[in-house]
Amino acid sequence: ALFRLAVRRLLSTSRSSVDSTEMRKFQLLAHKWWDEEGEFSALHSMNDIRVPFIRDTLLSMSSNYHLGSPLSGVKILDVGCGGGLLSEPLGRLGASVTGIDPLEDNIRTADQHKSFDPVLAERVRYKSSSLEEIVEESMETFDVIVASEVLEHVADLETFIKCCSQVLKPEGSLFITTINRTQLSYVLGIVVAEKILGIVPEGTHEWEKFVPPEELEHLLESNGFSVKAVNGMLYNPLWGSWSWTESTSVNYAVHAVRRGAQGEPGQGEP
Amino acid sequence: SSAAMAAARGWRLLAAFGRRPWARPRAPLRSVSAAAAAAAPLYDVVVSGGGMVGSAMAAALGHDIHFHGKKIALLEAGSRKEYDCMPDTYSNRVSSISPGSATFLSSFGAWDHVCSLRLKPFRRMQVWDACSEAMIVFEKDDLDDMGYIVENDVIMSALTKQLDAVADRVEVFYKSRAVGYTWPLPSHSCDTSPWVQVELADGRRLQTKLLIGADGHNSVVRKEAEIQSIEHRYDQSAVVATLHLSEATDNNVAWQRFLPTGPIALLPLSDTASSLVWSTSHGHASELVAMDEESFVDSINSAFWSNVNHSDFIDAAGATFRSALALLRPAGSGARQLPPSVAQVAPGSRAAFPLGLGHATHYVRPRLALIGDAAHRVHPLAGQGVNLGFGDIACLAHHLSAAAFNGSDLGSLKHLLKFETERQRHNVSLMAAIDFLKRLYSTKLTPLVLLRTWGLQATNALPPLK
Repeated sequence: ALFRLAVRRLLSTSRSSVDSTEMRKFQLLAHKWWDEEGEFSALHSMNDIRVPFIRDTLLSMSSNYHLGSPLSGVKILDVGCGGGLLSEPLGRLGASVTGIDPLEDNIRTADQHKSFDPVLAERVRYKSSSLEEIVEESMETFDVIVASEVLEHVADLETFIKCCSQVLKPEGSLFITTINRTQLSYVLGIVVAEKILGIVPEGTHEWEKFVPPEELEHLLESNGFSVKAVNGMLYNPLWGSWSWTESTSVNYAVHAVRRGAQGEPGQGEP
Repeated sequence: SSAAMAAARGWRLLAAFGRRPWARPRAPLRSVSAAAAAAAPLYDVVVSGGGMVGSAMAAALGHDIHFHGKKIALLEAGSRKEYDCMPDTYSNRVSSISPGSATFLSSFGAWDHVCSLRLKPFRRMQVWDACSEAMIVFEKDDLDDMGYIVENDVIMSALTKQLDAVADRVEVFYKSRAVGYTWPLPSHSCDTSPWVQVELADGRRLQTKLLIGADGHNSVVRKEAEIQSIEHRYDQSAVVATLHLSEATDNNVAWQRFLPTGPIALLPLSDTASSLVWSTSHGHASELVAMDEESFVDSINSAFWSNVNHSDFIDAAGATFRSALALLRPAGSGARQLPPSVAQVAPGSRAAFPLGLGHATHYVRPRLALIGDAAHRVHPLAGQGVNLGFGDIACLAHHLSAAAFNGSDLGSLKHLLKFETERQRHNVSLMAAIDFLKRLYSTKLTPLVLLRTWGLQATNALPPLK
């Protein structure tokens, strides 16, 4: 473990997408992931829109449907999985999920939480790792990558996207949810969400690291991806629920497909 | 009680910002270590109570497309009930099934079995007062069936058949009574099992991600979960019996007359037989069950035909009101039909059981939902009891199906609360109305009789009110 820690420190001084200050922030909250009413309640309720988004997009691209197991046969990588809030529902829907997170405490929490359910224990596995660390052993391995509420914590966005491209199969899907960098997102996403309503633990986000969708689209398109959908998301603090919206000024979701060898994504399945 | 409930709901809405302020379920003193629990088989859903409501819940989930591959268990203390064809005699326990319930039962194929066994549709419901001429007739404009009178055994048999059809998903434990439940600690602090532990009378243990309590108005599940229930015992018992009519008739009308002691209802079973549900005082109920058959039949006929409770004043007032209404709506109320007269009671079919009102303050907890009489118990005067239960199931099955399709943890409070809110909103107002009617019709006091007379007449004449 000491050796791994030393290696990780070395890596973090080189070009890496993991930011150590970000890791420290989440360290303190590592045990709170699974309290549905606690600090992460907004992430729990985000499953109500992000899981159907992923599920329905994948179903529409595939011609197989296994009753009761709509994502059966799909290999998913959940980057920045945290305590496994998104990995578990995807696993329950039949997918084979690998969740990675640089913070060991998060992985420990995630492992412990899934251990009681034999179905999840079989379908979901967790690994304490950054995205770069698994690239070599996982070239073109995954059908789908999910990076939800992660980009705004990443140190080097372009590296991150390049790694996603390497690890995805051709015509594989990349799903992202993140936060835009606008005046409104400063007011709502930081001032209101963190300081006033306490929906998000204070200090979680830094506005400078928020990613405008135009910038993200450009980065994706120039790194071998074809952007298929960009949808705005809206959080209602009174009901604690998320919904889709026209405006991408604060939160938004993206679906992109890695272009095949010919350079154009075909109509077929991943 | 409904005000308190509305207040509780309002409080819940405000509390959406952060942690809920009301007490979490108290952690039980015994909690099961992960190792000890590991031996017991784990189910996705366990339904405790295999009556009409519990069996229908298990069958509905078993047939749900998003529950393929899930494991469901149904615990029933009694033995298996199935008939290929019904015995000649009718059972004395029948239910009035609404068209909505019939649609629900056909959604997983049970209604076809009911139809192939035995049922009686009725087109009309005539309800009237013992203290006046006021009458109200319910019927659908398009001559559709208003509802169906079905023996409870028939429903059970149909449900059993549909449970057999999904035996790969639904495991039914007959002659199995649950004697203890252990609730999990809040899920984010776990070395102990996060599932609900169920202990059966024979020592076997089960674990489940969601426990559904369908074990009747004395629900053990509800008591063990320490959910408060508002209970009220009516000073009434219901007397049931199977009756043979004096002469064969179309018998497609359900009759109900409000006597001061309680409503008496005649529900059609066939052209020559009807089922009796007579709610009356405990004393009178015991007398009715004990008396000889001839006196019993006389009491019934007298209850339906006698005008002893009329007073001239009320009759005159009622007649005046009717004329006034006729000016406004010449079409007026429907023709008054006469109820059939009873000739005989089927031997051994008389029984009585006490009536009460009950409502659980909460229908759900983490990993727990109550349905049917375990959640709410009503007076039979409106024939709504089992329909409310089927309504609960349709709602809960809908939310669980969506949750399964979203990959959610089935025991998560989020979707269980949606079920609770929808059903409490629906049930509380209906129960209040039934209770109100029961109280209104329990009196002979002139002003109240006048009120309900005019009210009934007006309601009968004005379709929107009906």
